[in-house]
Amino acid sequence: MSIDRRKFIKMASAAAAMGLSGFGAFERVLAEDIIPEELPLTGKRWAMVIDIRKCAEQEDCHECVNACHFHHNVPDIESREEEIKWIWKEQFHNVFHEQSYKYIDEELGHQPTLVFCNHCDNPPCVRVCPTKSTWKRDDGVVMMDMHRCIGCRYCVAACPYGSRSFNWKDPVPDIDKIYEGFPTRCKGVVEKCNFCAERLARGIEPACAMACKHDALTFGDMADPQSEVRKLVREHYTLRRKPGLGTEPQVYYII
Amino acid sequence: MQDKSKIVIGLLIFLVIITFPIWYNLAGGKATYRPDLKYVTDAKECVAPTDYMTSNHMDLLNEWRDEVVRDKDRVYMSFNGNKYDKSLTNTCLDCHSNKADFCDKCHDYMSVDPYCWDCHIIPEEVH
Repeated sequence: MSIDRRKFIKMASAAAAMGLSGFGAFERVLAEDIIPEELPLTGKRWAMVIDIRKCAEQEDCHECVNACHFHHNVPDIESREEEIKWIWKEQFHNVFHEQSYKYIDEELGHQPTLVFCNHCDNPPCVRVCPTKSTWKRDDGVVMMDMHRCIGCRYCVAACPYGSRSFNWKDPVPDIDKIYEGFPTRCKGVVEKCNFCAERLARGIEPACAMACKHDALTFGDMADPQSEVRKLVREHYTLRRKPGLGTEPQVYYII
Repeated sequence: MQDKSKIVIGLLIFLVIITFPIWYNLAGGKATYRPDLKYVTDAKECVAPTDYMTSNHMDLLNEWRDEVVRDKDRVYMSFNGNKYDKSLTNTCLDCHSNKADFCDKCHDYMSVDPYCWDCHIIPEEVH
């Protein structure tokens, strides 16, 4: 069932993209695809499986990053001190430094590896948040309420994966094209990947997984034994980042 | 006690000066001023009765915010059984697309400064 839906959504979005490309660029983006009647995607434990072999074949591909950052109005700030990132690529030996060693295959060691919030089962960021502006939902998404965030950055310090960014300045001027379907942020709040909670609520898969043309990203319910993600972790040996910390990250890497 | 009249006149002048802003506004017709809100939509009704919306829209928006963000509940069932997406940008501003002539006018009059639009997008400004 989930495979059919996934394929259907992919085909529908491809057709929509082709139709739009006929008019040129995404000059004006309306939130017309948002229909409240659409049934939400429901799961018990959302997770992502990333096949970095497929990713490695497409060296300069940033479709997932661009799609995510566009759909969430993530600003493009050059300064490394102030940059905001939801999903990005990092070299393998940095992502899995405890799996890295002196004689590691050079190609693998330098392989760009996608990273974003791991939506941990036991998220340290949630434990430290003094205002409960970040919490774990019953479907496993580590969610943020920007309205409550006071910008204390305890969560930034607590996250062992560096998944959180802080808005040191008003991000709006640095957003290329504003997407109407999602709010922007203001100065002084922390932000991170939200597993596309706003899309799940409308029955759409996360933007990164849908944008990937090479099938490297698979999103699904890890608690469902029949799901595509469970099938992938059953058939392949997968790595997770810093599993020894006990955070139980839910982003799995096929090497 | 011979200065009684002088004191009374002085007091009267003082009262006139101290209440000058009230006189001035009454004379200028500003005392009865109410912001004149413009409705630019063809829709016949809002998500709740107008009286309620005028006085309580901020409470409704807070409820929507908490339900969407915390409870994954995005669909609002209105008093007359219509369904709406709980969204400031996509539902409220869809009808009240004239923010400057609708929201701002009343907020300025009441001297309140909500920061919703620091983050929530005003469609007309994007276009």
